[in-house]
Amino acid sequence: MALLKRLAEKHRATLPFTLDGQPASGLQGDTLLTAVLTAGDYLRGSDFSAEPRAGFCLMGACQDCWVKLEDGRRVRACSTLLEAGQVVSREPGRRS
Amino acid sequence: MKRKDIVIIGAGPAGIRAAQTLVAYGLQPCLIDESLRGGGQIYRRQPDNFKRSPKKLYGFEAGKAVALHSTLDRLAQDIDYRPQTLVWNAENRVLDTLTEGVADQLAYRQLIVATGATDRILPVQGWTLPGVYSLGAAQIALKFQACAIGERVVFAGSGPLLYLVAYQYAKAGAKVLAVLDGAPFSAQTRALPALIRQPLTLAKGVYYRSWLSAHGIPVHQGVQLERIEGEHRVGSVSWRSGQQTHSLDCDAVAFAHALRSETQLADLLGCAFSWSVLNRAWLPTRDSEGRSSVDGVYLAGDGAGILGADAAEMAGELAALTLLADTGHTVDTRRVATLKRKLAAIERFRHGLETAFPFPQDWAARTADNVIICRCEEVTAGDIRQTVAQGHWEINRVKAMCRVGMGRCQGRMCGLAACEIVAQSCGRELSGIGRLRGQAPIKPLPFGLETER
Repeated sequence: MALLKRLAEKHRATLPFTLDGQPASGLQGDTLLTAVLTAGDYLRGSDFSAEPRAGFCLMGACQDCWVKLEDGRRVRACSTLLEAGQVVSREPGRRS
Repeated sequence: MKRKDIVIIGAGPAGIRAAQTLVAYGLQPCLIDESLRGGGQIYRRQPDNFKRSPKKLYGFEAGKAVALHSTLDRLAQDIDYRPQTLVWNAENRVLDTLTEGVADQLAYRQLIVATGATDRILPVQGWTLPGVYSLGAAQIALKFQACAIGERVVFAGSGPLLYLVAYQYAKAGAKVLAVLDGAPFSAQTRALPALIRQPLTLAKGVYYRSWLSAHGIPVHQGVQLERIEGEHRVGSVSWRSGQQTHSLDCDAVAFAHALRSETQLADLLGCAFSWSVLNRAWLPTRDSEGRSSVDGVYLAGDGAGILGADAAEMAGELAALTLLADTGHTVDTRRVATLKRKLAAIERFRHGLETAFPFPQDWAARTADNVIICRCEEVTAGDIRQTVAQGHWEINRVKAMCRVGMGRCQGRMCGLAACEIVAQSCGRELSGIGRLRGQAPIKPLPFGLETER
């Protein structure tokens, strides 16, 4: 169930990527946040309750949209553009 | 280590105008910006393969946005412009930077800090649910990504951005269910004498408000956002109007109470801070021409007090002219006087806005113990009150004890709200509980940084 809704700019090149091991796709010019949240409804689990989070500020300040890339890097989904073939995983978080 | 004479941090309205002014006087500043494409937040640019017109993106402000962007595009060819670069530390005339995973250091003689602002957040029950965003975030989703934050959106809080973003959403075809304005209509009437000084800005605000009403979008004034509920994502929102509670099903909420300055770098640079009654915050002190208390460091734009994008353009130019004058250049003194006069007028208008959208003084008192204040560390209002009950009242001490503001965002989202809770529960003035200090790195850094020498 998508969280974000595309209102315009729908005719862009499609970029395939992998989300949590499943094939997914976004559009060229999407951030990782947009690509993930137009298909699903969360980006990470919180570090203290594992409750789902989906970002908050979209301007690189809140640090609540981190996702993990294949090489182990954690990036802010709001400020990282989607690239074809990217392998993105969402961390489940932890319960304290 | 690389050396530059003049560095500007932030390529928003203030930073771009500062760079342009320095170039006009024959200098070549280095312009550092964290984002992919400059322009700042309010004039955020869409990716270059998007096709919407500036008019669609920026409405009445399209002319200003285009002018600013084209100025940056022209400058970028002549100056050392570094997008996607985070300045994560600053001391002793050296900046630590990070560009796409590569760390570097940059020495400077003069520095213009134009770090901008983020939304000022007063948390409510349920604000960590997926589907809840800040007002600025809702606007960025639309402008930068052509997306709405949900299918059925409610806008809440206060400040000029509230009506603007709701209007932009409805205009772009999103379903806006309601606008919940914390300020009563009477406050806006009271503010009119001050607001009338900037008739154009006032007219735009009135226009957004009446456009929403004319298009059947309910606007509730003088109401308090109470809680956001849902299983794993937003399902409904409720608010209080007098003694009555109302509730509405929706799948997204955007909220904020105006803006707060990004002051971490000014703090690390050793700038003196003073209490701003207008902003309800500690701000780096700047004189009327843009000088900080530190020799060679200048402050421009919303990062040193919220005055908005128009003022930021002027303050950027003014700070650059001051820097030029301080370093022996002959500058156009009439232009300096004009900028100072215009900035003073905007500041008076800002006082009017504060009357129109007053800070909800009772927010801390009516915030229940179980409301999460710090979303990084999940520290609740009750946790903070318990810490205060143990005898702690200085905000850095409270942070050390209960971890509020200690998470990844370093208090950007929760710091001001935490201070409100502390002040309310210890019975001191908000200005009397200390100032949350900045720490390097001001944003998280990856392990295993590469360096280039």
